Amino acid sequence: MSIAVDLNRCQGYAQCAFLAPEIFTMHGDEALLYDPDADEAQREKLAQAAAACPVQAILVDAVDEPAEAVPGAR
Amino acid sequence: MLGDGALERLRHEGRIVVVGASLAGLRAAETLRAKGFAGSLTMIGDEPHEPYDRPPLSKGVLLGRARADRTALPRLRTVDATWRLGVPATALDMAGRKVRLADGDEVPYDRLLIATGVRARPWPREEEAELDGVFVLRTRDEGAALARRLDGGPRRVLVIGGGFAGSEVASACRERGIPVTVAERGAAPLVGALGGVVAAVAAGLQREHGVDLRCGIMVTALEGDASGRVRAAHLSDGSTVETDVVVVSLGALRNTEWLDGSGLGAGPRGIACDAGCRAFDIRGIVTDDIYAAGDVARSPHPLFGYQFLSLEHWGNAVAQAGIAAHNMLSESVDRLPHMDVPAFWSSQFGVNVKSVGVPSMATDIMITQGSLDSRRFVGVYGYQGRVIGAVSFDQGRWLPFYKELIERTAPFPPEFPTVDRHADGQRPMDADFPDPSVPSHGPTVTLSGYSPADRRMTFVPAH
Ligand SMILES: Cc1cc2nc3c(=O)[nH]c(=O)nc-3n(C[C@H](O)[C@H](O)[C@H](O)COP(=O)(O)OP(=O)(O)OC[C@H]3O[C@@H](n4cnc5c(N)ncnc54)[C@H](O)[C@@H]3O)c2cc1C
Ligand code: SF4
Repeated sequence: MSIAVDLNRCQGYAQCAFLAPEIFTMHGDEALLYDPDADEAQREKLAQAAAACPVQAILVDAVDEPAEAVPGAR
Repeated sequence: MLGDGALERLRHEGRIVVVGASLAGLRAAETLRAKGFAGSLTMIGDEPHEPYDRPPLSKGVLLGRARADRTALPRLRTVDATWRLGVPATALDMAGRKVRLADGDEVPYDRLLIATGVRARPWPREEEAELDGVFVLRTRDEGAALARRLDGGPRRVLVIGGGFAGSEVASACRERGIPVTVAERGAAPLVGALGGVVAAVAAGLQREHGVDLRCGIMVTALEGDASGRVRAAHLSDGSTVETDVVVVSLGALRNTEWLDGSGLGAGPRGIACDAGCRAFDIRGIVTDDIYAAGDVARSPHPLFGYQFLSLEHWGNAVAQAGIAAHNMLSESVDRLPHMDVPAFWSSQFGVNVKSVGVPSMATDIMITQGSLDSRRFVGVYGYQGRVIGAVSFDQGRWLPFYKELIERTAPFPPEFPTVDRHADGQRPMDADFPDPSVPSHGPTVTLSGYSPADRRMTFVPAH
């Protein structure tokens, strides 16, 4: 599962770090560090964390559809 | 075009081509599909990878907490597109509405979005840049290579350039216990982006964390050993730094060379476009079928005197991509302007650094909350009597408030009583930006409007 956090929006409420500590950790008082490629087993917790973020800063895959690296394709 | 059904045809059977398959390109593609574009969509990217996120490359990846090859961007919706990855676009035929690719193919379009971003400025001397151990950091592959080298436990890392990227690299190294030297041409790190007052705080932060920070200095040469590995760097003060890893963080170059000779208003400062992301041609006439978004674009901003701004900000790429996609599919009266207030974040040495607006345009700064000494503060930037930007160190929650002041063109110094009454919070002071004509490592916001004082242009009337 791919994750990105819009850290312009994130205000360091640490809700996500509380709900999904394997993915999100606070780094210092306010900075957020996250694993951009969370284990599939974390999906449920990740969904909770994304829903609980007060500013909706957490972006998660809505579909499983990676682009294919296909130089010759059309 | 109104009423002749052309737009409807475009929506149903048009061909849209996106060049640059990264953050701006992907988000534009998602928006096009979300808005009901049902025609053909082609994504062209010179990197062989699916779109990935760059900010983690200088943060979690260098700390060993994330892998460079696992920073794919989340897909916010299904994008039915033909992906041509690993193939750069090499030319644009505006009259024939075609993009030429390196493999000889030509891809026709009805609407084109250019989102080719920037690349890291390389070390200027080629033989030295090619020494083993000399890195730049922009792409996933570059991030992976640098992370691997740091895993090997180098004796010392030399970072050339104390901008945001360079400071983040130095921070990650220190956190891993690796000795680091930072060489910065300016008076302090981040000085080009945030001015001398805030840069002094950044310098204190670096030194406290054990960075060997050398300012007001230039690296004059890199030296390799017999096997072609970097072993030392020579500085302009005559000193030498023994090092086995050099990270060149000298800012970025815009990926516009492939547009040379196309007739599009593109050059080293980016692609000029209007507030609706429509690109200008070299005659200053706006095109109706070519759009630009993200780091490669430069556009006038009403809040900042219609100065052309080039931004190297994640949020700007996302916002412009959405605007460009919307406008491509809209009649003129329905088009939207890109008027977001620029915003940027960074984290280094355990501190969350954020900015809004255009600090680098300011002349004055006032600390409105916290204090410089505690390294927890908000600084407000002023220009000609109005609030033009703000920066926070570990006070990110306050920034939306200051963003609103910028949007309201609130007076500077701000009229509200400052929340904390610290000694340095009571009066504005000179923000202490370096002379803008002295090139810096990249402030992340560049004022790129041509100034009348700029005498490098020749005006050649057509007839
Ligand atoms: C290490 C690092 C850390 C960062 N940290 C932050 C941060 O903390 N906060 C923040 O706000 N921003 C940060 N940024 C900036 C942010 O990543 C960029 O603003 C963002 O990636 C811009 O997206 P883009 O799509 O416009 O351009 P890019 O991401 O540069 O993508 C452009 C793509 O086009 C491709 N391309 C170029 N030329 C061609 C061609 N001729 N044909 C086909 N493809 C081409 C490029 O290879 C690239 O894949 C960081 C950037 C880096 C490198
Ligand atoms: S919950 Fe949202 S705002 Fe809070 S730290 Fe996580 S991402 Fe940031």
